[in-house]
Amino acid sequence: MDDNTQHRTRLPMRARLATTVGGAAATVSRLAGKGDGSVIGGRISLRLAPDLLAQLATGRQVVLVTGTNGKTTTTKLITAALAPLGSKIASNIYGANMEAGLTSALTHTPDAPVAVLETDEKYIPAMVKETRPKVVVLLNLSRDQMDRAAEIWLLARRWRDALAAAPGCRVVANADDPLVAWAASSAQQVTWVAAGQRWREDSWCCPNCGAHLLRDGDDWSCKECGGRRPPVSWMLYGDDVIEPSGRATKLDLALPGRANRSNAVIALAVAEAFGVHFSQSLRELRKVTSVAGRYTQVNRRGCDIRLLLAKNPAGWLEALDVMVPPPVPVLLAVNAQGPDGKDTSWLWDVDFRRLRGRPILVGGERRLDLAVRLEADEVAFRLVNDIDEAVDAALAVAAAGSAPGGTTPSLEVLANYTAFQQYRVALGRVQ
Amino acid sequence: MKSVRLVWVYPDLLSTYGDRGNVLVLERRARLRGLPVEIVEVNSDQRVPRDGDIYLMGGGEDLPQTLATRRLLADGGLHEAAGRGAVVFAVCAGYQMLGTEFGGVDDAPVRGLGLLDMRSGRGERRAVGEIVADVDPGLNVGRLTGFENHQGVTRLGPGVRPLARTELGTGNGDGTEGAYHGRVLGTYLHGPALVRNPGLADLLLYWAAGPLPQFPPQADELASALRAERLGAVFPS
Repeated sequence: MDDNTQHRTRLPMRARLATTVGGAAATVSRLAGKGDGSVIGGRISLRLAPDLLAQLATGRQVVLVTGTNGKTTTTKLITAALAPLGSKIASNIYGANMEAGLTSALTHTPDAPVAVLETDEKYIPAMVKETRPKVVVLLNLSRDQMDRAAEIWLLARRWRDALAAAPGCRVVANADDPLVAWAASSAQQVTWVAAGQRWREDSWCCPNCGAHLLRDGDDWSCKECGGRRPPVSWMLYGDDVIEPSGRATKLDLALPGRANRSNAVIALAVAEAFGVHFSQSLRELRKVTSVAGRYTQVNRRGCDIRLLLAKNPAGWLEALDVMVPPPVPVLLAVNAQGPDGKDTSWLWDVDFRRLRGRPILVGGERRLDLAVRLEADEVAFRLVNDIDEAVDAALAVAAAGSAPGGTTPSLEVLANYTAFQQYRVALGRVQ
Repeated sequence: MKSVRLVWVYPDLLSTYGDRGNVLVLERRARLRGLPVEIVEVNSDQRVPRDGDIYLMGGGEDLPQTLATRRLLADGGLHEAAGRGAVVFAVCAGYQMLGTEFGGVDDAPVRGLGLLDMRSGRGERRAVGEIVADVDPGLNVGRLTGFENHQGVTRLGPGVRPLARTELGTGNGDGTEGAYHGRVLGTYLHGPALVRNPGLADLLLYWAAGPLPQFPPQADELASALRAERLGAVFPS
């Protein structure tokens, strides 16, 4: 009897039936070309046995990863950092991060003793209750798709209540984000990480009492209620990670940008909670080159294209930071379908002025919203209908380049969720 | 030439979703006409300037909305400015604050700024989506198009006029949308409400600076195209 069968036989009969039927539905969904099947499979299983997730999580060491930005990447980084354990790890790598997605991830790998699960922000209270996690990771909180997401202070209050009711759980939290720190401080065991905070527009005021916060670099404190940034044990310092011992090591990740360095330090702190040696974890983190098509380089008609996904102002700010310098053209694309949020107001929270003076292409279903936004920031641009028009423009820029032997044509693409998926499909479902 | 002073009130408390857009649209449309603009961002720990021409208030969650109101009442600057005829433009939570009362955390009634004769409370369900409304013909502004995201219900008293009648969406909850009195105007269109409503932006500038010179129509092409696209998306012909 292999491990797989052993775990299944421990499930009660009704739960066992639920996982089998759900698995069949997922296969049908995959064959029908409707995505990877993880949500439909999970939904059917849950209807058959509503406490299935709790049963599937029993006996496993679960890590829940949440925050507005970086959930998918951090989940992948933590999974990599835990590889030295040598255990099979269950994870919802396709980003299905609500109850059905988590259920599906655990159903697919019944023999995995460890699970690293990306979790939607508003599902954290329910998932903490059901999966009894060993570790909960809180990355950041900022405005995001507010036509369907809860207001973030309310969300932080719900996290706070859920963590206060989960004494066995360790929280790994970003101390530099005041709202996250306030939510995490109700937990009994917290590993504080100075993971930085690039976007500050949602944390000028104290989450505890509402007074204007004093901010000095990454430090913050409240002069009215005395709340302050907790002392940290891990820190991102430029390109270095500083361990609790005080030793600094260059991260040297393959993934670009400050946000990913921040996610990596969090992953190292989680690995420490599992007793994995720092240098072994770091070695694995450095091998991660792309996450579900994000950061991937693809070549189309001789043009190197890099795809970046960001869904809200904080994410766009970080993504604009990692753009390669001019004159490489940038294609910006915005949709407003359900998963994107149907409201494009957030574009007005992004400062685009730094894009002045380089070739900018504007695409996506809501390109006029983006166009009006760029006009207000005095950024010149051209509207494009698809990725091939953008590639044409990039080829023209490279041909006009003065470097001897010509420059390699390249194009940076920054898109929100469904716009990103459309380009990914157009480029042949890049991983 | 005297510059137009735009005062953005408490962006630290009242800026949830693209509220900066209103500042940027007013700035652009003033500059297109050769009017110099000065922008003042006032945080909640600072004194509100008394000498602004246009005061802008954005949206906010329940707690910041309550705190901002308390601070503005204690500061008195906004009232002083409105009293001498300055323009006040508020969206969403900021709009509710202008009334005599609104629903705060857990819908507990909170005393408002009292600049408009109206009171707000919490409705049964959240109004989220595109909103279109026909503006009071006396204001000579095209129909409003925008996005609303609130759970407020607002009852207007005899001292104010509704800004518009809703064609699509919820607005105040009784078929009207927004309110105004003198040069104080509020709307449930949230965030960058002036982006798709350049006529409303021009009305505020006119109130603040008098008759406005024309500018080349090309400068309005994109905004008009966006406006037409959004209206076409909700009212397909």
